[in-house]
Amino acid sequence: MSVPLPVFIVVPLVMAFLLPIFGRKGKAAATFLANLVTILLVVLAINAIRQLAVIRVSGDQEAVIVYEIGKWPIPLGINLVLDGLSSLLLLAISVVSAAAMLFSVRYMEQYTAKAKFLCLFLLMVAGMNGVVLSGDIFNLFVFLEIASLASYALVGFGCEHEELEASFKYMVLGSIGSIFILFAVALVYGNTGSLNMAYISKAIQSSGLNAGLSFAMALFVVGFGLKAALVPFHAWLPDAHQSAPAPISAMLSGILIKTLGVYALARVVFNVFGISVSMGWLLVVLGLLSMVAGAFLAIGQGDFKRLLAYSSISQIGYVVLGIGLGGLIIARAGNNISTEELAWASLAILGGLFHLVNHAVYKSLLFLTSGSVQMSTGTRQLKQMGGLAEKLPFTRATCTVASASVVGIPPFSGFWSKLILVIAAVQAHFYWVAAIIVFVSLCTLIMYLKVQRYVFLGELPENLRQVKENRGSMLVAMVFLACLCVLMGLLIIVPSLKANILDPAVKVLADGLEYSSRIIGN
Amino acid sequence: MPYALCFLLFMIGLYCAVVKKNMVKIVIGIMVMEYAVNLFLIMLGYRLGGIAPIVGKEDVAGAGGQVTDLFVSSSVDPLPQALVLTAIVISLGSLALMISICIRTYEKYGTFDITQIRRLKG
Repeated sequence: MSVPLPVFIVVPLVMAFLLPIFGRKGKAAATFLANLVTILLVVLAINAIRQLAVIRVSGDQEAVIVYEIGKWPIPLGINLVLDGLSSLLLLAISVVSAAAMLFSVRYMEQYTAKAKFLCLFLLMVAGMNGVVLSGDIFNLFVFLEIASLASYALVGFGCEHEELEASFKYMVLGSIGSIFILFAVALVYGNTGSLNMAYISKAIQSSGLNAGLSFAMALFVVGFGLKAALVPFHAWLPDAHQSAPAPISAMLSGILIKTLGVYALARVVFNVFGISVSMGWLLVVLGLLSMVAGAFLAIGQGDFKRLLAYSSISQIGYVVLGIGLGGLIIARAGNNISTEELAWASLAILGGLFHLVNHAVYKSLLFLTSGSVQMSTGTRQLKQMGGLAEKLPFTRATCTVASASVVGIPPFSGFWSKLILVIAAVQAHFYWVAAIIVFVSLCTLIMYLKVQRYVFLGELPENLRQVKENRGSMLVAMVFLACLCVLMGLLIIVPSLKANILDPAVKVLADGLEYSSRIIGN
Repeated sequence: MPYALCFLLFMIGLYCAVVKKNMVKIVIGIMVMEYAVNLFLIMLGYRLGGIAPIVGKEDVAGAGGQVTDLFVSSSVDPLPQALVLTAIVISLGSLALMISICIRTYEKYGTFDITQIRRLKG
């Protein structure tokens, strides 16, 4: 069964605008339909990976599916591209959004206007799918804005003091980032005369980088860096993640900063402009800064969700570090790259991308458990909780699984990706990078021990004697993600899964500028 | 020269968004940046004495249906105009959202001064 690519964007988009019609009376129906859409997207994403695998089996190792909108041939029309990297991100987006949507069935009963929430949620999913699939750089900007605008509104959904303040802060920094990206798109168009990413890449390969394009590159790094909350640009993230409703924090941290930030940055740097040594170093340094600063800031936090938010900054650093390290090795070797160096680079990129997927699962699970704790106890302050292990057994169990994953205890998912990153860094003789990775893991261990200690162990305060476990959909969503946390290691151990899900994504980045010839042919 | 002025406008907007303490002024600064970028896009496609890029009967020469050199050298690039239209619609959406958040914040805090709207710390 082959599904046309626009389905990934059109289905959530159409449903988003249909749902508010149901109004207050049809709330149950609207919730059911929204869940149906997110689950359908999971099925479609798995199908997309299978479609690419079928093409690969038939002999074409560099499988891409290109869809030309309105049958306009590129570069006249806009195209959608599905390749290894896109399909990996599509799967991550759909899994996390399905879990978050399931969780919000019950969680969002605390708020009014649930239909509007569902509408904005699906709008965000549509925008992210669009970003991942778009093969046109202006179209990428448009989808990025759809997803960002929906997320600004969702962060401020509660309309209380903190929510509004966080939303405004996020919105100002996010808008500045978007404008930088638009400016860069304009510069790229002015210098290459094309908006299609494959054609831009071809033009840059034949003429080289000039001053305007280098400036555009810098603007892209700042713009996508703001969206990804890398360390000098991270100011909005803790506030936004802390104030948003829990399922939205899970979406923001789990997938939004990765799609709009890391994915878009990697796509532009590797496939459009081509990786250079200075760019590789920049990514490595940004990644290391985010890892270390995020971890240190997280340890000192007293608010459950704020701690998780700073931990997200730290974890996103791992992803950028892995991708940047791979790019650096490739760029340093230049044209006559040995197979050994290519293997190291691929391993580093594999570590980064695998960590991206792992982080999407366990960090959204952690935010969901924080939402469950908040719903039961009514507080997010670590010091006001304690001894909840027996009151909230399932929340405790899932939270422990997720914490073990984020810290990197075998056999949970985080262990594998960190192990791969360390191996890649050691093989490529970046011993100090490997040392920092291990050191930040220890800091991560401290912060999650703190969570366990203050929330689930210790003495139960008097006012929390009556708390009850949240059952129903919230429990299903948490257990689902916890099972994934345990099973994610299979992605790397089982060869057929690795060859069909992770390896194609790594190949897209490692091959770099061959992206253009895959899409337009030679 | 026009590009330098356009960039100056962009920097003025960025300065306003970063330095000002009033929420509404920050929003205005962001919008100035947005319009500077739109202006830049328009200038990319601008041509002195340009004509609309619509092929009429007199623009086609020869049996092959090729457009004349005069048409190619004097018609403006239509693509940036389409981009600007899209960008304007997007910025309208974000402006509406930003202003409504400003209004709600004013209802809660009773001030537009961001130095007094500081409940989130750490």
